[in-house]
Amino acid sequence: MSSIGHVTPQTLHFAAPLALQSGASLAEYSLVYETYGTLNADKSNAVLVCHALNASHHVAGTYEGQEKSEGWWHNMIGPGLPVDTNKFFVIGVNNLGSCFGSTGPMHMNAATGKPYGSAFPVVTVEDWVNAQARLLDALGITTLAAVMGGSLGGMQAIAWTLQYPKRVRHCVAIASAPNLSAQNIAFNEVARQAIVTDPDFHGGDFYEHNVIPKRGLRVARMIGHITYLSDDAMAEKFGRLRKTDDIAYTFDTEFEIESYLRYQGDKFSEYFDANTYLLITRALDYFDPARNYGGNITAALANALAKFLVISFTTDWRFSPERSREIVQALIANQRDVTYAEIDAQHGHDAFLMTDARYHALVRAYFENITALPPLPQAGEMSNEMASPPLPRQRERAGGEGRSQ
Amino acid sequence: MNANQKALAALVPANCRVLDLGCGDGTLLAHLRDAKSCKTYGVELDDTNVIACAQKGLNVIQLNLEAGLAMFGDNSFDYVLQLDTLPNIRHTEIALRETARVGKRGLISFANFAYWPLRWQVMKGRLPVTKELPYEWYNTPNVRVATYADFEALAAKCKLKVHDSFGLTDGQIIRALPNLRGSEAVFVFSA
Repeated sequence: MSSIGHVTPQTLHFAAPLALQSGASLAEYSLVYETYGTLNADKSNAVLVCHALNASHHVAGTYEGQEKSEGWWHNMIGPGLPVDTNKFFVIGVNNLGSCFGSTGPMHMNAATGKPYGSAFPVVTVEDWVNAQARLLDALGITTLAAVMGGSLGGMQAIAWTLQYPKRVRHCVAIASAPNLSAQNIAFNEVARQAIVTDPDFHGGDFYEHNVIPKRGLRVARMIGHITYLSDDAMAEKFGRLRKTDDIAYTFDTEFEIESYLRYQGDKFSEYFDANTYLLITRALDYFDPARNYGGNITAALANALAKFLVISFTTDWRFSPERSREIVQALIANQRDVTYAEIDAQHGHDAFLMTDARYHALVRAYFENITALPPLPQAGEMSNEMASPPLPRQRERAGGEGRSQ
Repeated sequence: MNANQKALAALVPANCRVLDLGCGDGTLLAHLRDAKSCKTYGVELDDTNVIACAQKGLNVIQLNLEAGLAMFGDNSFDYVLQLDTLPNIRHTEIALRETARVGKRGLISFANFAYWPLRWQVMKGRLPVTKELPYEWYNTPNVRVATYADFEALAAKCKLKVHDSFGLTDGQIIRALPNLRGSEAVFVFSA
């Protein structure tokens, strides 16, 4: 149940090219977004919510005529909820390369008259943040009261504080990390390999063949799903439960966990785009703000001016508490304001989406303190000029790896 | 804040960087931030206390002190407070050395087990139950108890420089016979 009620996504078209970190650029693009609550007169109550791998701009509320269409963070954002839309103007935005409305690989490439497919440029977390900043410019919002996100969304929130330090008052990074571990990249690579080796993938140009690499997507999702859950959560939910008491001595689905993973994989392959999966996992792999600082995250975060709330979950082994502590340690070393909590939760990485009294009470308490009006922005402190991005555009093409594994 | 907390807060200079280990609900830290313009961080393990600190808008880090203070750099704080946390810490020596490493000054306070009313209760044959040590022997969460004199000896063993030390009773600083007359023992030290 969401008390936001029905919401309608909006689309904003950007005619000016967006220079990407790879050196490529998008000549034009559209961003789909939703807003909840009311922007106040001095536009000081905006909260930007960044989404993770398989989510979208649809953060809260429902769509008319679709009962079960609650936004992915409907338990967090709404009237009277931890991020209270009676007080804050919340923006959810779909990232470039996604398959939920913003310009992505399934859309028409004006230059060729065909869907982008394999020609869609590799986008990074930093590129997404630049695109989000243009959306805020268009909405007339100079400074965010807060930017928040979980997992990959938390990475975007962190990137905001580095690329646009003066435009962010608070950063809420939940179940996130300063970069992916080798193990994380490995999981992503297995998922990508499942997709690119599906004969229906056609090098990313499957749209023109009127097929979908569903088998690859299913396996990718199954792998991902395992890593989002904790061992304990899986044991509790499925254990060794079987569909029937008798062992059938086959390779069909006999254990409940198999059935569950196949169901999740099937569902996912119906709505998710294979190229989007590659693009988003690659953005995850590349994110590493310390890279331009000799691997020193403290030096990287010295550029941030925001106050931080960092939250991790004890059973999250994909984005473990240790990784969040690295962020916290760097912030403390820079004498930044930071609050950090390790929530004792059972759901692994997925815990950031779950309703948990302590977790939500903490977010609520934090946002209740984001009330004081910010100093008035100086005239002209808008758009990218003020950004003075501390992350120089990567001089070499982002590794040159591309998406053609 | 109670009288003893007020007396302890008064020991912390204005405008300094303070780390409070086991900061509870953050009452004392909020005072140091608001009344003394200190830059404050608290460390706390308990969920309810972490939320209470967040409600006060304090910087609070949820950590188990037993896991050490690796998150904090050498001499990165002017004062590191360890108020009434000593009884809950198993690795006392490590905690003390870490406090001295992270802070230019460490400030520790704990219930003094040699305070005379406690001695009296022990004389009568029972383990003491007082305002500072309110638990029965069978339900105490404390893993350590110590006296003013015990800590003096430990500080010497750990080669800590003690800059000041005294007893504290109902907010009054006790310099004569602190081991007997102080309900709490207070030490200001550095590495």
